[in-house]
Amino acid sequence: MTKLVPVLSAHWDEKDSFTLEAYKRHGGYKASEKALAMDPDAVIQLVKDSGLRGRGGAGFPTGMKWGFIPQGDNKDHYLVVNADESEPGTCKDTPLLMANPHVLIEGCIIACHAIRAKHAFIYIRGEVTHVVRRVNQAIADAYAAGILGNGVDVVLHIGAGAYICGEETALLDSLEGFRGQPRLRPPFPAIAGLYARPTVVNNVESISSVPAIVLNGAEWYQSMGTEKSKGTTLYSLSGHVANPGQFEAPLGITLREILELSGGVRKGHKLKFWTPGGSSTPLFTDEHLDVPLDYEGVAAAGSMLGTKALQIFDETTCVVRAVLRWTEFYKHESCGKCTPCREGTWWLVQILRDLEAGKGTEADLAKLLDLCDNIMGRSFCALGDGATSPITSSIKYFRDEYIAHLTNGGCPFDPVASTLFVGAGA
Amino acid sequence: MAFSPEDLKIMDSIIKRYPRPRSAIMPLLHFVQSKAGYVTNEGIELIAKQLDLEAAEVTAVSTFYTQYKPSAIGEYHVGVCTNTLCAVMGGDAIFASLKDHLGIENDGVTEDGKVSLEHIECNAACDYAPVVMANWEFYDNQTVESAKELVDSMRAGSPKPPTRGPNKLVTWKEASAVLAGLNDGLANEGVQAGQPTLLGLKLSKEGK
Repeated sequence: MTKLVPVLSAHWDEKDSFTLEAYKRHGGYKASEKALAMDPDAVIQLVKDSGLRGRGGAGFPTGMKWGFIPQGDNKDHYLVVNADESEPGTCKDTPLLMANPHVLIEGCIIACHAIRAKHAFIYIRGEVTHVVRRVNQAIADAYAAGILGNGVDVVLHIGAGAYICGEETALLDSLEGFRGQPRLRPPFPAIAGLYARPTVVNNVESISSVPAIVLNGAEWYQSMGTEKSKGTTLYSLSGHVANPGQFEAPLGITLREILELSGGVRKGHKLKFWTPGGSSTPLFTDEHLDVPLDYEGVAAAGSMLGTKALQIFDETTCVVRAVLRWTEFYKHESCGKCTPCREGTWWLVQILRDLEAGKGTEADLAKLLDLCDNIMGRSFCALGDGATSPITSSIKYFRDEYIAHLTNGGCPFDPVASTLFVGAGA
Repeated sequence: MAFSPEDLKIMDSIIKRYPRPRSAIMPLLHFVQSKAGYVTNEGIELIAKQLDLEAAEVTAVSTFYTQYKPSAIGEYHVGVCTNTLCAVMGGDAIFASLKDHLGIENDGVTEDGKVSLEHIECNAACDYAPVVMANWEFYDNQTVESAKELVDSMRAGSPKPPTRGPNKLVTWKEASAVLAGLNDGLANEGVQAGQPTLLGLKLSKEGK
């Protein structure tokens, strides 16, 4: 049985955990002190050796990304932190920043030193007013204490409601003051990122993992997790479970283990389908309870670790309704830059609406898969690819349920049964 | 409304945060909303002038992002998450009942100007589903009844406080100033985390 290992979340239960005082009480800003005394290349090597991989979804090795920044080029370098947490089901960076914004700031100082940057930008989504307050106050307190401003400046940039800005190049365009649309790559941000300067874009959890690595060493981090997926990470459990929440564990824990220690699926019900890492990762079913939740394990089982957003749906949930709603989301959030995604997601919604209402035909299922085939890999960025994941995976596992909508002349499920207030008299 | 010399000074300080002025468009638009309540033509032209851009360039940015509102909304803007997980767990029922209770549709505003309503996408609080946001503050674990009580409290002039947020719900304009990056001094109010956020830590301390 894998045990929980709180590292990032270790002190979240202290009432003032978000203050500078509380952060320093637990060794805060000791790691940046140590890193600043090291050669920048040694810091990059340390992060490479730790095996830390991007926690925003793609799992790219963090140290390697830092190593791509050209040195001695006499150009400004930038660090940009992606705090635009918007992937459906994903809810880890937001509570992290609310409970402990200083760990991100310390991570920024270390990363800036490593990549020889003087400026870091934290791009946070705009729909979380109190988290914005917490991060802004932490930055102000760090300046007042002389932690920032002596070689590294951190600027908080607040978004305004666009899922696409979680895509790193769209985020950069947005940060430059444009509509948030993705850029063609190459050039990659490491060569021409923010203001066409070498830029590292990292997720909140990735950067926040760095201080502990610097303090405790690469070997310590390497000792947790699996062969190619090292360290601990935040798993976010939500949906039809007895007890939802954040669970920090070594990579490779299984959903069965997380359900066992947290109290399982909600009482009297059983698991039907789930996402391992947000709605853009292909659905899993109860066949996948023992898949190791690391980058390789989830990929080998046909999905992606993504953001480790474990959204659990029990047998009361209509999979067609669930997939339609996600598809409406992708259609709404498609930035419009490329045709496969802009037009494709629109057509996906039309067909799914008909199917859910029992007005489609079986040929529509083939049409859906054909459309997905024309979006997947042909879109400008990963938003289009992600939009196809719930559709193709749900047809793979629940084809009969789509057909049942047609034979039934509509949805055979009672939406009330899947709400939390059913039986509660509400 | 006219922007005061003091407002212009704040806008100037926002521009100075960035190595290149154009990056300030987004916080400036949030700032315009904090003064005018929405993105007014006057606000667009002022930003264009300050950044030496065409008004059309600022409008192009403003219309891309859903948080920038093209017309006046409520003093308390209520967003009900109807993305899949929240929708299934009760968000659809909450949104339907609020429309009915307030007598407005999606993007509508009550006649008294107190409450506006919008269905929103995933707001990164899925372990607190179903989630309702007001002026982008968290109202966790909502039911049809609690959501109705929330909007009633807003219309009565004493809105219930957020579950994870400051002690008192600020107005739409005040929240917009926070989103422009201005400090309202409320960061230390409210809990550091709710129970679901702390569940893994708690279980680990119990040896799990």
